[in-house]
Amino acid sequence: MAVVLVLVLIVVGSVLFHLLSPWWWTPIASNWDYIDNTIIISFWITGIVFAAVVLFMAYCVFRFRHRQGNRAAYEPENKRLEWWLMVVTAAGVTALLVPGLFVWSRFVTVPGDATEIEVVAQQWQWSFRLPGKDGKLGTSDTRDVAADNPLGIAPKDPDGQDDVVVEAADLHLPVGKPVKVLLRSIDVLHDFYIPEFRAKMDMIPGSVTYFWFTPTRTGTFQVLCAELCGQGHPLMHGVVMVDTEQDYLTWLGQQQTFAQLSTPKQTGSANQPSGKTMASALDVAAKLETLEAR
Amino acid sequence: MVDVTPADAVPPAEVGEVELYHPHSWWTKYVFSQDAKVIAIQYSATATSIGLVALVLSWLMRLQLGFPGTFDFITPEAYYQFITVHGMIMVIYLLTALFLGGFGNYLIPLMVGARDMVFPYVNMLSYWIYLLAVLVLVSSFFAPGGPTGAGWTLYPPQAIMSGTPGGQDWGIILMLSSLILFIIGFTMGGLNYVVTVLQGRTRGMTLMRLPLTVWGIFTATVMALLAFPALFVACVMMLLDRMLGTSFFMPAIVEMGEQLQHNGGSPILFQHLFWFFGHPEVYIVALPAFGIVSDLISTHARKNIFGYRMMVWAIIAIGALSFVVWAHHMYVSGMNPYFGFFFATTTLIIAVPTAIKVYNWVLTLWRGDIHLTIPMLFALAFIVTFVNGGLTGLFLGNVVVDVPLSDTMFVVAHFHMVMGVAPILVIFGAIYHWYPKVTGRLLDETLGRFHFWVTFVGAYLIFFPMHYLGLMGVPRRYAELTDMTIMTESAHHLNSFISIMAFIVGFAQMVFLFNLIWSIRHGREAGGNPWRATTLEWQTPQTPPAHGNFGKELPIVYRWAYDYSVPGAKEDFIPQNVPGAFAPSREPA
Repeated sequence: MAVVLVLVLIVVGSVLFHLLSPWWWTPIASNWDYIDNTIIISFWITGIVFAAVVLFMAYCVFRFRHRQGNRAAYEPENKRLEWWLMVVTAAGVTALLVPGLFVWSRFVTVPGDATEIEVVAQQWQWSFRLPGKDGKLGTSDTRDVAADNPLGIAPKDPDGQDDVVVEAADLHLPVGKPVKVLLRSIDVLHDFYIPEFRAKMDMIPGSVTYFWFTPTRTGTFQVLCAELCGQGHPLMHGVVMVDTEQDYLTWLGQQQTFAQLSTPKQTGSANQPSGKTMASALDVAAKLETLEAR
Repeated sequence: MVDVTPADAVPPAEVGEVELYHPHSWWTKYVFSQDAKVIAIQYSATATSIGLVALVLSWLMRLQLGFPGTFDFITPEAYYQFITVHGMIMVIYLLTALFLGGFGNYLIPLMVGARDMVFPYVNMLSYWIYLLAVLVLVSSFFAPGGPTGAGWTLYPPQAIMSGTPGGQDWGIILMLSSLILFIIGFTMGGLNYVVTVLQGRTRGMTLMRLPLTVWGIFTATVMALLAFPALFVACVMMLLDRMLGTSFFMPAIVEMGEQLQHNGGSPILFQHLFWFFGHPEVYIVALPAFGIVSDLISTHARKNIFGYRMMVWAIIAIGALSFVVWAHHMYVSGMNPYFGFFFATTTLIIAVPTAIKVYNWVLTLWRGDIHLTIPMLFALAFIVTFVNGGLTGLFLGNVVVDVPLSDTMFVVAHFHMVMGVAPILVIFGAIYHWYPKVTGRLLDETLGRFHFWVTFVGAYLIFFPMHYLGLMGVPRRYAELTDMTIMTESAHHLNSFISIMAFIVGFAQMVFLFNLIWSIRHGREAGGNPWRATTLEWQTPQTPPAHGNFGKELPIVYRWAYDYSVPGAKEDFIPQNVPGAFAPSREPA
């Protein structure tokens, strides 16, 4: 009998936990409230099924538990019931899938007026690139990565010269403007994830991946890496600040372009690794230490 | 429905009795044994031992997550080694080996009415290669640099680079070698299980009279034989990348400011190969559990399994569909986003046959005569956790919902509930159920009930709340949950609670192990058929069954495996080898 009680308690407890516990998603800061709505639909449908199945089971155990002289019924199958249940299940699944695919088609359809920006990941920091006055990002190649060209922007591509480079610092975005985020990595897999934006996507060395969103409120948001990228993975944080248009332009004015950065400087490469033949474990340790210190 | 009479249901023996190799010494009887039952116990004991390592590793992880910064010896490096080896052991070396090598070996020959597996010598080799694979895995703890910390998915490029523990040391090489060995060993065993089910059945044992346990293990084995080769080639290719500098999975890379020599490879190719194995693998673990739990419910509710034919077709449909859903693990991997439409649709379709199975389990309880024995309790607990974990699968399978939840603790909670807790509850139920056949004695009831309650309620309390941490956005595979703006103070308290529950549930497993050993000598004598079950393994002349299983003559099968509470019959069960159709025999024709 204890088992009947526990089964009922599991249903009641789970529902109460869902409704009353303080652990829930962070307030949204992008246009992807569609995704939140799909999650709510999923919670409703699956919650009802879970409660129905477990409570029915509890009832069966209570009603048909063994008592002296009881005998089970003999009913190998019931075609009608089985087909009926199959149809109801298919309907429930469709009710989940249709809104899901509808929102997914929005997720993969980038609006024409979205500004392209680029995020470049490496163990274990985030860098960013914004198109300059020409509105175009120059081409890039991991093979072009060097001490004075940390993002591997093609040095000969004229489109890339005016690109704004934000190396290992905060990214700013104007509120209310759709952005297409192009994602690139120069070493291992990473994943650009901001919980408040609800969106994420892996970055793959050798490919450019993307997703899009529109920031809907100003504020400071933490970037988390969501794909295991080695020992520094949990420390690979970054910051995205969503500004008003004016604040954004002020910030943008203070940034340097690729052309400015690649002009030879006296001190620029003093602390860059040079003349090494292979990456050693020492580099990893040093890198981790600077991360811990941040 | 056709009435089945023995005359048309029992074909004459097509193949004469095969002479078994009988062991002559202690060594060939208990160590290098060719008896499937001994091999089953060897597999089970090895899997349980390595499973204990995984349990300890999970405690160490929970120490770090529940009480961050308290334990200095758990460095990020060590943490990643713990999660990697824990995951790999649980999925491959424990669950796959225990269900197929353990239960498959013990139950297939007995349940289909065979004297042994059809290739006993290959069967023996299968175990010894499995043991070697386990030893190679364990040896990585003692190798320079320790085991790999690449995560159980071993995604390149990081898996073979110096930023990952074991990436440029021995760890990853030993891991890949161990997997290659495991697959070789499994293939030997797997061919045996398949051929035995297809060719070794006794007279009258048609495919549609097989117990669902056999259907589950059989289908899972066929799937494993088709899925493991993808992992095999992926392992070989990664070994070549790591040791010979090829670039199957390695594009141009700048590591810590240094250009590596690789060029042109595709990291995402590995993910496709891995999940082409990895998703069927989920069902390789789940289908045997589905089969076993069906038999536990039917036997202990004294009622035929509801909708047997639908259950068989559901197993086959799930097995087939599971080969076209793999990229639902890769929605945010950066593959072509239009794949999402296809894989979300196939993934949600698979929910239909799975739901049918759940309905048929609970409908078997309906109007049953439910004995709340320990195997039945575990079966009920399985349904709760499996339904819970299956339903959260509908979140993650529904491509756009996966976007915020992927790579968070929601995923961790989901797969632990559905392919960790649920199948393990079935394993426990199955051990309480078949232990009397293996040893002749019952496991201790009081210890068993203690074990059940702590494991079931504890595991639910661990993994149910964990979903909400993921909903909050807490990523998985974080060795340190510090400096995260999304995590509230109370979320850290929740983590501590989860850790404490994990230690309690782990402790209950020690009680279970004690019971396993103690009851061999001190358990209550069980007799040959303590649960009054219908299937052939309970009808053997000796308990435990001797080599050759069935004495002088193989049983002849006259009926399906579920003749419980047949109207008009004196007893509430009729074993499969009892002739004569009690009217009204409504066995599916």
